[in-house]
Amino acid sequence: MTVVEPLIFEASRPERRAVRFPQPSTAAREAAAGQPELPASVRRSGALHLPEVSELDLLRHFNRLAHLNYAIDLQFYPLGSCTMKYNPKLNEWAARLPGFAESHPLDPDELAQGSIALEWLLAELLKEISGFDAVSLQPAAGAQGELTGLLMTRAYHASRGEGAQRTRVLIPDSAHGTNPATATMAGYTTVTIPSNERGGIDLGALRTALGPDVAALMITNPSTLGIFEDQIDQVIAAVHEAGAIAYMDGANLNAILGRFRPGEAGFDVMHFNLHKTFSTPHGGGGPGAGPVGVSTKLEPFLPAPLPTLVEGDADEVRANAWAGRSTRGARWALDRDRPQSIGRVRMHTGNFGMFVRAYTYIRSNGASGLRTVSEDAVLAANYLRTQLADAYDLPYDRICKHEVVFSGRRQKREHGVTTLDIAKAILDAGIHPPTIYFPLIVEEALMIEPTETESLETLDRFVAVMHAIAQRAAESPATLKAAPTSTPVGRLDEAAAARRPDLRHRFETEVE
Amino acid sequence: MAYSPHTDADRQRMLAAIGVASVEELFADIPSSVRASRFELPPPLVEQETRAELSRLAALNHIPQLSFLGAGAYRHLVPQVVWEVIGRSEFATSYTPYQPEVSQGTLQSIYEFQSLICELTGMEVATASHYDGATATAEAALMACRLTRRHRIAISTAVHPQVRRALATYCSGLGVEIVEVAADLADGGSGLTPVEAAAGALGDDVACLVAQQPNFFGGIEPMAELADAAHAAGAQLVAFVEPVSLALLQAPATYGADLVAAEGQPLGIPLSYGGPYVGLMAAPMSAVRQMPGRLVGATLDGEGRRGYVLTLQAREQHIRRERAASNICTNQALCALAATAYLSAVGPAGLREVAELSTIQARHLAAAIESGGCGERRFSAPYFSEVALRVPNAARRYAVLAERGIVAGYPLGRDYPELADTLLLAATELTTDDDIERLVDALGETA
Repeated sequence: MTVVEPLIFEASRPERRAVRFPQPSTAAREAAAGQPELPASVRRSGALHLPEVSELDLLRHFNRLAHLNYAIDLQFYPLGSCTMKYNPKLNEWAARLPGFAESHPLDPDELAQGSIALEWLLAELLKEISGFDAVSLQPAAGAQGELTGLLMTRAYHASRGEGAQRTRVLIPDSAHGTNPATATMAGYTTVTIPSNERGGIDLGALRTALGPDVAALMITNPSTLGIFEDQIDQVIAAVHEAGAIAYMDGANLNAILGRFRPGEAGFDVMHFNLHKTFSTPHGGGGPGAGPVGVSTKLEPFLPAPLPTLVEGDADEVRANAWAGRSTRGARWALDRDRPQSIGRVRMHTGNFGMFVRAYTYIRSNGASGLRTVSEDAVLAANYLRTQLADAYDLPYDRICKHEVVFSGRRQKREHGVTTLDIAKAILDAGIHPPTIYFPLIVEEALMIEPTETESLETLDRFVAVMHAIAQRAAESPATLKAAPTSTPVGRLDEAAAARRPDLRHRFETEVE
Repeated sequence: MAYSPHTDADRQRMLAAIGVASVEELFADIPSSVRASRFELPPPLVEQETRAELSRLAALNHIPQLSFLGAGAYRHLVPQVVWEVIGRSEFATSYTPYQPEVSQGTLQSIYEFQSLICELTGMEVATASHYDGATATAEAALMACRLTRRHRIAISTAVHPQVRRALATYCSGLGVEIVEVAADLADGGSGLTPVEAAAGALGDDVACLVAQQPNFFGGIEPMAELADAAHAAGAQLVAFVEPVSLALLQAPATYGADLVAAEGQPLGIPLSYGGPYVGLMAAPMSAVRQMPGRLVGATLDGEGRRGYVLTLQAREQHIRRERAASNICTNQALCALAATAYLSAVGPAGLREVAELSTIQARHLAAAIESGGCGERRFSAPYFSEVALRVPNAARRYAVLAERGIVAGYPLGRDYPELADTLLLAATELTTDDDIERLVDALGETA
């Protein structure tokens, strides 16, 4: 076995260390001695195997690991459905301001006015962006936003005496896996609604499935095919006619800023992904943030607590904040007394550091900037759609929104080259591959989301890379099977990893 | 747009290539009846204006000159090297490592994180992270329901009130019932979970007992006895623990915990008004297929090089959909990296020093308040780094001190009416002798 970078444990040497702490004073020890001691029976026995490394060795280890990663700051990262746009550095500066970073979540509201004000202002911005009547920032990620939305749906139907009868949630077959998984966690049964030949929801099938036993429709719009549901008005009307809740998965909001406001259009609830649309960094898998917006019908059920303006006129406070003037006279508090609330979905008020970044981003862009974000995102996706249509199959050949989904089925059928092979060949070009094999309704799917922050030169280079790979698939398919060859490791044996799970380092002194 | 690379010429070239005259045509699929009627956001700001606005908001916060507030989120040193590691763009601006060949940095660091959490807890397997301690606890309790095929959860009232509330929310849609085990909050009581009461609550339909160590009041629970009581009823013990304390306290596996959850914030993550933090979860290997969330495993490539991949994904939502163990997708990876860097930076000796200094200063604090005549310990049990003190006129004095920028802990009356006169005070390695003296003086002045 060859090792690219040793584990930090393998670099450990007894008594090396990076950080030291003061010793307690004699006075402290003496005073403490009069208090109850930790009983010997609860004390840890045996060695604690944490790494023992110098600060420089530690830094080099993680810096070398960093070098093994692709990232937005290094390469084009067109990972569909994830909106891997540039994460502005100014956002990072703002999140680390000591006034925010050192703010304790349980500090008295009077000491935390800046934190609560920022949350309130961000919620106001998200309300205007989405057209919803109220917003809770609490959910930690999109999937938790979904759970919050469905638990509010439950509470709503229960409040109308229809809790027991409404047991099913309708979800299109193009949905993210989180949607059906969320429905289960909220105690609902999932009913899958097929897509039509144009990639939209099958309205007839939807109407058939709707009935007095349906709690909600969860729909991603634009869909995971990158397509705006052009019958969305009829979809919402049909759902409401059946007395159900219309839930929009807002993962793809980046395509429609300033063009479509889901709350205004009639949706009852939606989650935002601040780490997608509003540029907070993805962090290798998180943290994100998944605020929910709701119509008045669901507002009483929002998670508590809720940041609230308790003194001052809301219009005036907003106007002052938007103009960069002082908001003196305004006072904010957390509203903890919400009797119909579904309760907390996590601790505190949410992933606050992400709120600071998203607020910074929205203020930097303003209305005009956010409209341009969506225009450029859609422009870039459609550009790739037209530039690659000759090389790859396009199952739904129509104007797309923020992303375009190709199929590698031709390459598979004609040359035995799979979408996985294509993805690995893209790695060798120094580009992160698109999302592959999703959505599930597209065979050998390649889901490409370029985002608005990539230059035309980058897009053209990607087009050239994809054409070259299509050509290699036809001419020398075996070379694609061998890809990637330029990455720190080659294709890894995932089957072996699952068959004999090795999920942690084991120390030599351990008795097995 | 603040970060657009496109010139008008670029846009024209793309429009021409697409074959449309204007960008409007690309939005023609939005039915006119539902198009946005307004979008009234503030105007864009240039960098110096954005900086001014964010500085203005940050300055509205008054970071206390002196704080003894913990209650689940603790002010610890975040070593500079931890900030450096999590600030690396290659970690911060990557996403879920779906392409392992170009994600070895993220994947290996998660493997190291899982190993560290196993080492701290004594368990066999740990997940790649959860949203926070509350959701990790809720998911662990629901996992116990799946493992035991039972539908009730017993939880001590000495578990953090916010954790209990989040658990209740997670259970609400599933018809899982929660039974509370009342902690001994009587005058002169232990402040702990009575083992007999726990045993009494554990019917044959109860999946697990959830207890916290140290508990919400800082007290050291009889975890081994609680584990025995749970096991006697065929239930599991879900231990919600504080990771720094594990340098001094028994690993949960040692006292018989079946599942472990924790809030990882104390491990190098700033307070940041409550998030992002990181939830930790650990379990025995036999339960791995019921675990929610991502797992990273080691394997080899075709040339025998060691590498890491996401594994056992058949548990997860993107494969299993409505039959998944959880809906979790995005987690708190960068915070898990902070915890990994933190534990590597402090090492075993450093973590023990932090824990020892915290517990000594907590006892120093309690002794100083008692000898200063400002208050007395509310409970009799030994405690770790947090102590509940009865302070006459607590609410008034707390408010007066807050105005002076001194946060005298957490008023327990907010969650426990019978503890209206009781403050929960925390110490960490950052608490100095001088801090304690100033608090006692300030409390004395408000008598």
